[in-house]
Amino acid sequence: MNKPYIGVVGAGSFGTVIANILAENNPVLLYARRSEVVDEMLSLRKRGEYKLHHNIQPTNDLKQVAEQCQVIFPIVSSAGFRASIADLSPFLKPYHILIHGTKGLDIDYKSSQALNRENVRTMSEVIKEESVVVRVGCLAGPNLAKELAEEQPGATVVASHFDEVIEIGQKLLRNPRFQVYGNNDLIGIELCGILKNIIAIASGALSGLGLGENSRALLISRGIVEMIYLGKALGGNIEAFIGLAGVGDLVATCFSKHSRNYTVGYRLAQGETLTEIMETMEELAEGVNTTKIVKQLADYYQVGAPITRMLYKILFEDLAVEKALDSLMKIPFTEDVGFM
Amino acid sequence: MKLFSRNKRTISGYQPILPTRKHWPVVQLSQQQDKFVDEVIMSSMERLLAEAPNAYQLIDELETTLYRERLRIRQNPWAVDPEDEETFWKNIKKQLVELSTHHTSSDEASLAAHFEQAKAILKEIVSRYAHEISSTFKPSSYRVARSLVTFGFARLLNASRVKGFRSFYSNQYSLRDKINIIGEVEQLRELAQKGTIVMVPTHFSNLDSILIGWVIHELGLPPFIYGAGLNLFNIKVLAYFMNSLGAYKVDRRKKNKVYIETLKAYSRQAIRWGCHSLFFPGGTRSRSGKVEDKLKLGLLGTAMEAQRLNYEESAKSGEEAEKIFVVPVVLNYHFVLEAPSLIRDYLRIEGQERYYVETDEYSTSSKIIRFLFQFFTEGSDISVSFGKAMDLMGNPVDKDGRSLDKHGRVISMREYFYSNGKIRRDTQRESEYTRMLGEAILKSYHINNRVFSSHLVAFTAFQMIKQKYPYLDLYNLLRIPEDEQVLDYDNFRTAFNTLREEVFRLHKAGKVDIAPHLTQQIDQAITHGLDNVGLYHSKRPLLKNKEGNIITHDLNTLFYYHNRMEGYGLERFFKPQNQKSQISEK
Repeated sequence: MNKPYIGVVGAGSFGTVIANILAENNPVLLYARRSEVVDEMLSLRKRGEYKLHHNIQPTNDLKQVAEQCQVIFPIVSSAGFRASIADLSPFLKPYHILIHGTKGLDIDYKSSQALNRENVRTMSEVIKEESVVVRVGCLAGPNLAKELAEEQPGATVVASHFDEVIEIGQKLLRNPRFQVYGNNDLIGIELCGILKNIIAIASGALSGLGLGENSRALLISRGIVEMIYLGKALGGNIEAFIGLAGVGDLVATCFSKHSRNYTVGYRLAQGETLTEIMETMEELAEGVNTTKIVKQLADYYQVGAPITRMLYKILFEDLAVEKALDSLMKIPFTEDVGFM
Repeated sequence: MKLFSRNKRTISGYQPILPTRKHWPVVQLSQQQDKFVDEVIMSSMERLLAEAPNAYQLIDELETTLYRERLRIRQNPWAVDPEDEETFWKNIKKQLVELSTHHTSSDEASLAAHFEQAKAILKEIVSRYAHEISSTFKPSSYRVARSLVTFGFARLLNASRVKGFRSFYSNQYSLRDKINIIGEVEQLRELAQKGTIVMVPTHFSNLDSILIGWVIHELGLPPFIYGAGLNLFNIKVLAYFMNSLGAYKVDRRKKNKVYIETLKAYSRQAIRWGCHSLFFPGGTRSRSGKVEDKLKLGLLGTAMEAQRLNYEESAKSGEEAEKIFVVPVVLNYHFVLEAPSLIRDYLRIEGQERYYVETDEYSTSSKIIRFLFQFFTEGSDISVSFGKAMDLMGNPVDKDGRSLDKHGRVISMREYFYSNGKIRRDTQRESEYTRMLGEAILKSYHINNRVFSSHLVAFTAFQMIKQKYPYLDLYNLLRIPEDEQVLDYDNFRTAFNTLREEVFRLHKAGKVDIAPHLTQQIDQAITHGLDNVGLYHSKRPLLKNKEGNIITHDLNTLFYYHNRMEGYGLERFFKPQNQKSQISEK
C-alpha cells in the first residue's frame, strides 16, 4: 500500500528540516506561500542552504495539502500563523491532525485593554479558533535546525491532549538519530518553547558582552525560574518546564550560536540597534515579539519577571545592555527556588 | 407590585411535537422494557469484561464490588433499599468464596471454566443493578402526575395571590407567570423532531427535576428520561412522580465500577433508542450556590459514545444516523429551600467531596408538601433559560441540526470520529472530546445565567462585609457575629449601583443574562432583591433595620446566594481597604 502524504506548511528553515525528517518515513507535500520559493525547490531540489529529500514534493496549493494529507505540520512564523491557518481552514475537516512547530504567541490587537491571557493565544489555540480541527499538537524541544539538518542526533517532544496525535507524531518523526517524546500538557509545552526564546536573547547578550559561563549559568537557572512563574500564570504546569521541552530546549538555545534569538542578543550587546539587526536577518527571531507580549502579561498578572523586563527595556527602550546587566545583578533575591 | 412583566409570547402555549403518546420514544422503550434491559446488561458486561479480560482481574473487581456494597449496607442504609439486599450480597460472597477455593489447577481448560463462573456472577450483579436503575414509564400515570402538578401548583398560587373567597378556583395566575421560560425554545422544539436531545441543566434544588419535567411538557416535548437520586424515591409522593415521569434511579452511594458501568450503559442505550435525556452534569446540587464551574463527565461521555455508535450503525445499515444535540439550561431561583444545609455541607467538606456521605434532607412527605405550599404561595419567581443547542463537539447547530463552524460553514460531525477515513473507537479521544464538550456547556451556563436582584444584593452585601475585614479568611469571616454587621444604606446603594452597571455592561457584551426586574429604578431593584433573597428561610440573609440600613441574620446563606455571581470578575470592585494597590517593582 502506498504510504499517505504528510503535509508541511511553511518552507522556512525549521519547516524544511522537519519536512526532511518526515520524508525519511513518508512522502511529504511541502507548501510554500511564495511561488518563487516553490520554483526554487522544484528546480534546484534545495531550499536556501538545505537540500530537499527526494520524498518531498513542493507545492503551492493548500487545497491539495488538505486533500492529500490527514496529518499536517504548520511551521510558519507566529506573525503569519493565523493568516496561514485561515487560508488552510476552508479545506480542513474534523479528521485532520495538525502538529505545529511555531514557538510564538498570537495577540488579538482589537482589544483596547491591557493585554491579558484572554487576548493572547498559543498556536494550538489559534488552530482551534480558525478551523474545525481539534486534534492538535505541537513540536517542542531542542530542535536547532542546522544540527538536525546535519543529521546530528537529537530529540523532540510531541505534545497533545490526544494520545493518538502523540503516537502518530512519534511514528512519523522517529528515526535512529531522532528520538520523540510525548507529553499531554499541550499548553505547558507550548509555553516552554515560547518563553525560552526570551532567555536565549539574553544569553546571546551575555556573550556579546564577552562574559563567561558563570554568568550564563546564573542566567539559565534564573531564567527557568522566571519561565515557570510566567508559565504558571499563563496556564501551564511546572512539570513541562523541567523536561526536554523546558530545560532541555533552554540550555540548547542559550548555548547555540546557530539560534536566531541568540544572535539578536549578541548583536545588541555589540552595540547594534534592533532595527539594524532586523534589517539584516532573513527570518524574524520569535523572541523579540515574545518579549514584547510577555512583558505586558507579566505586568498584568504581576509576575516578577526581571529578565523579561530588562530585555524589554533593551529592545524597545534603548537601554544599554551593560546597564541592564548591572541592574539585574542588584536585584535582592531572597530565595533560590520558591515554587516547588 | 408586579415582579415580572408577563411576556405573552413565551406563554402562548406550545402544541405537542408528536401527535400521540404512542410515538413517544420513552413509551416505546417501556413497552419493550425487557429487551431494553437485556441490551443494557449485555452492553455493560462487554465494557466491564474489556477492562477485566481474565479470571483474576474479574474476580478482583467482583471482590472490590462486594466489599464496597457490604460497607454501604452497613454504614448508610436507606428506606428505599430492597429487603433482600443483605441476602443477595451474602450469596455473592458465598459464590466468590467457592470460586476461589475450588480453583486449584492452572491448566487452560480449568482457567476458562473459572472465568465463565466469574462472568456468571458478574452478570447476576449487573442484572440486579440494571433492573434497579430502570423504572417503568406509564403514560397514564404521567398524565395524572402532570395534571396534579399543574393543578396543585396553580391552586396554591392563586390561593395566595388572588384575594377573596373564590380565590381557590381562580385561574388568574398560572405557573407560567411564576416560571419564566426563556431562550432558544423554538430551536429546541425543532431539533427534538430531528434528533435526540440531551438536556443539561444546572442543579440547585431537588425541585429542579419536577420543575424541568413540567417545563418540558409545557413546551410540547415528549417526556425526557433522567436520572433521579435514589433518595428521592424514599418519599412516596416523589417516588410516584419520578416513576411516572420517566426517571431512572441513580444511587450515588454506589461508587463501584460495576454499578457505574451499568448506569452508563443504561444512559447510552436509552439515547441510542432515541429517548431524549436529561442529565445534571454538575452531579449533585450545587452546594456552594455557585453556577457549576466543573462538571462530571461520565454521563456526558455516554452521549458521546452513543453518537459514535449511531454513526457506526448507520455506516453498516446505510440509513441516516440519528444526531444528538446538547441543550444547556440555566435555572435561577431567588430562593433554594435546602440552601442552609447545602452551604453547611459545602463549608464542611470544601474540596473533599469524595468523603461526603449523601444525606437526605427530604426525609418525609410532609416536609416537601409544606415547602411546596410555601414556595408557591409567596411571590418568588423562577427562570428557566434554554441556551443554544450544540452538537457533541460544542459546535453550534442550525435549525436543521447541521453543525456549523465559526464561519458558518457546515461541518460533518461524523468526521470527528474518523481515523484513516473510518469511524474508529478511541476512548482517550472521546474522553477528551467529552472534556471539551463540558467546557462548552460551562461557557453556556456562564452566559445564560440570569442575574436576579436577589443575587446582586447578596453579592454586594457579602463583598462589603468582606472588605471590612481584609485579614480574615472565609471561615473566620463567617464567624463574625451577625448583629455587628450593619451596612449603611447609602454606601450599599452606591456599591450596588456600580455592580449593576457592570452587569449591564456584561449583558450588553453577551456575557450574562439579566432579569427584567433588575432594570427597575435603583431603590426599587434593591428592595426587590432584599424582599426576595432567601425569602422563606427562618433566618433571613438580608433585611433592612429600623434606621433603613442593611443587616444580615445569616452570613452563611448570604454567602450562598452571593456565590451565584462568582466568576464574573465583580470582586475587583471591592479592593481591600488600606492596602497598597500596586506592588511596585523592586
